[in-house]
Amino acid sequence: MKMRQQFPLSVGQSLDDNEKVVVLLGDIGVWSFHKYKEKYPDRVYNIGILEQATISTAAGLAKTGMIPVVHTIAPFIAERAYEQLKLDFGYQNIGGNFISVGASYDYSGLGMTHYCPADVNVLSSIPNMQIILPGTAEEFDSLYRQGYDNDRPTYYRISEDSNSVSVDVAFGKANVIKKGSAATIIAVGSMLDKVMNAVQRLDVTLLYYTSVAPFDYDTLINNLTGNKIIIVEPYYSGAVAKAIMEYSEPINAFMYNIGIPKTDLTTYGSRDEIDSVLGLTQEAVSGRISNILDLH
Amino acid sequence: MCNTEMIREKINYLKREILTACYRTREGHVASSYSILDILYVMYSRILDNDLVKSKDEKRDRFVLSKGHAAVGYYAILKEFGYFDDPLEMMCAFHSRLGGHPDCNKVPGIEASTGSLGHGVPMAVGMAMGLKIQKNPAHVYVLAGDGEINEGSVWESLLIASHNALNNLTVIIDYNHSTDRAIDLNNLQDKLSAFSFNTVTINGHDHNEIEKSLLIRDQRPTAIICETIKGKGIAEMQNNPAWHHRMPTDEEYNRFLEELS
Repeated sequence: MKMRQQFPLSVGQSLDDNEKVVVLLGDIGVWSFHKYKEKYPDRVYNIGILEQATISTAAGLAKTGMIPVVHTIAPFIAERAYEQLKLDFGYQNIGGNFISVGASYDYSGLGMTHYCPADVNVLSSIPNMQIILPGTAEEFDSLYRQGYDNDRPTYYRISEDSNSVSVDVAFGKANVIKKGSAATIIAVGSMLDKVMNAVQRLDVTLLYYTSVAPFDYDTLINNLTGNKIIIVEPYYSGAVAKAIMEYSEPINAFMYNIGIPKTDLTTYGSRDEIDSVLGLTQEAVSGRISNILDLH
Repeated sequence: MCNTEMIREKINYLKREILTACYRTREGHVASSYSILDILYVMYSRILDNDLVKSKDEKRDRFVLSKGHAAVGYYAILKEFGYFDDPLEMMCAFHSRLGGHPDCNKVPGIEASTGSLGHGVPMAVGMAMGLKIQKNPAHVYVLAGDGEINEGSVWESLLIASHNALNNLTVIIDYNHSTDRAIDLNNLQDKLSAFSFNTVTINGHDHNEIEKSLLIRDQRPTAIICETIKGKGIAEMQNNPAWHHRMPTDEEYNRFLEELS
C-alpha cells in the first residue's frame, strides 16, 4: 500500500479514536474521506482551495481544543501558507497536523508549480515545527499515531516513493540500520532503499531518520563512525546538515550531501527520469557514495 | 454626572493613558487605537461574557483583535477591565509582556497573537467552527481594520465562514478609511453582503449603535461596518495619515492632553 492510501485510513482511525480530531481537505483527497465525512459531518471538511485561511482556521480550531489535520499538496501548505504556519502555529505554539502529498516532484509531469523540493528546509526555519518523513505506509501510520495529538505543529511528508521494508520507527528518533567502521551514512525517509542497496557490501554505519525535526542527536553522536557523514535526502539537500551544525558541540566529521541540488526543476517526465537528471537514480546514488568513500 | 458623561470621561481618560504610554515609550499606534476605542469599550463593558477569571473558561465569549497594531488601545482596555495591572509605560520594554503587537501567550485575556495582517479573522473563523463542533454556545467577535481587509486571507476566511453558516461569528470592520488612498473599498456593505454575511453599517463611535449591532444574531455570520475616525478625539490627528505611527513631541503631548480633558 502507498502512503497516500494509508493516510486516510490512519487519519480516519484517529477520527474514531479522538473526538477532537477535525480534518480540513484542500479540495484534494476528498473521495478517500467520503465515508468519514458521512460518519463525522462536523469533523471532516472539504474546506476549499484557500490555504492561507485554512491554516489560520486550523489554528483557531486548535485554540478551542480541537486537533486539526490539514491536507493538500506540499507547496500550498509549506510555501504558500508559510507565514500562517510560522505565526499561527509556530509562534503561538499550538498543535496541528499538516499532511502533504506531492513531495519533491511526485507530480512529475506538472512542473515547478506543483513540485516542492524546499518544504523541509523552509519549515525547518520554524523553531517548534516537527518534520516527519515516513518511508513506508506502515511507518506513516505508526508515526502519525504517535504524534498527531502531541500539541505541537507537525508536518507529515507523504511521498510516492516507498521503501521496500518498514522499520520499527519512533517519533523523533532515528534507527540504527547497521553498524560499520568506515563512515556514517544518514538516509532520510524514502531514500533508505537506495542507500541500503548502495551500502550493502560496505563497512559503514547506516542511520535512518524519519524525523528531521526534532533531530535525534543522541543516535548520531552515539553511532558516529569514521570522519565522514554522508547525508542522503529526498528534497533540496541541506536540512540535516544544518541540524547537525546546530548541535551544541562541533561534530568532528566532513559532511557530504546527496539530495536535490538547489535549482529550479524545469523538466517533466517520470520521477525516475527526473532522478536521472539530478543524480538520484540507484546507480547514481551508489556511485556518489562510493566516490565519497574513495572506493574506486 | 450622568452616565453618558461618565463614559465620555472614561474614554478620554483611556485616550490620555494611551497617549502617555506612546509619548513615553516612543512606541504604539495612537490613531489606530483611538479609532477602535469606543468599540472595545462597549465590547468589554456591555457585551463580552469574559473577564480575568473566565479568560480560560471554555464557555467564554472570544474577542480577537485582528489589527494587532492597535495593541496599546487593547492593553488600555484590558487593564481597565482588570486583566492585568502592568504599567502601559512598560510597553515594548526589553522584558515587558506588553509588546508592540499582542501576544496571547504572555498577556491575560488575549485570544490570538496578531500583528501580521489577515491572520486574526481566519483564526476567529476557526474558533467559531471549533465552538460549533463542540456545541459550545459562546460567541466569537473579531475586529479587523479596513486596510487589513486588503489581505486575501480575510476574504478567503469569509468564504469559509459563510459556507459553514458560522452564525456564532461577528466580524467588525474598523472602517476609518485609512485604506482609501491605496484601495478604495467602496460598496463594502455590498461586498460583505455578497459574501452572505448579515451586514450592517453603524457609527463606530456611538456606543448605543455599537451595542445594538454586537447583539445581532442571525442564521448567517454577521458583519458590522463601523464608520470610524482614525485618531478620533484629537483634531490634528483625525484622519491624518502622518499620525499612523508618529509620536507626539512635548508640545503636542501637552496640547493633546488638554484636548482630551
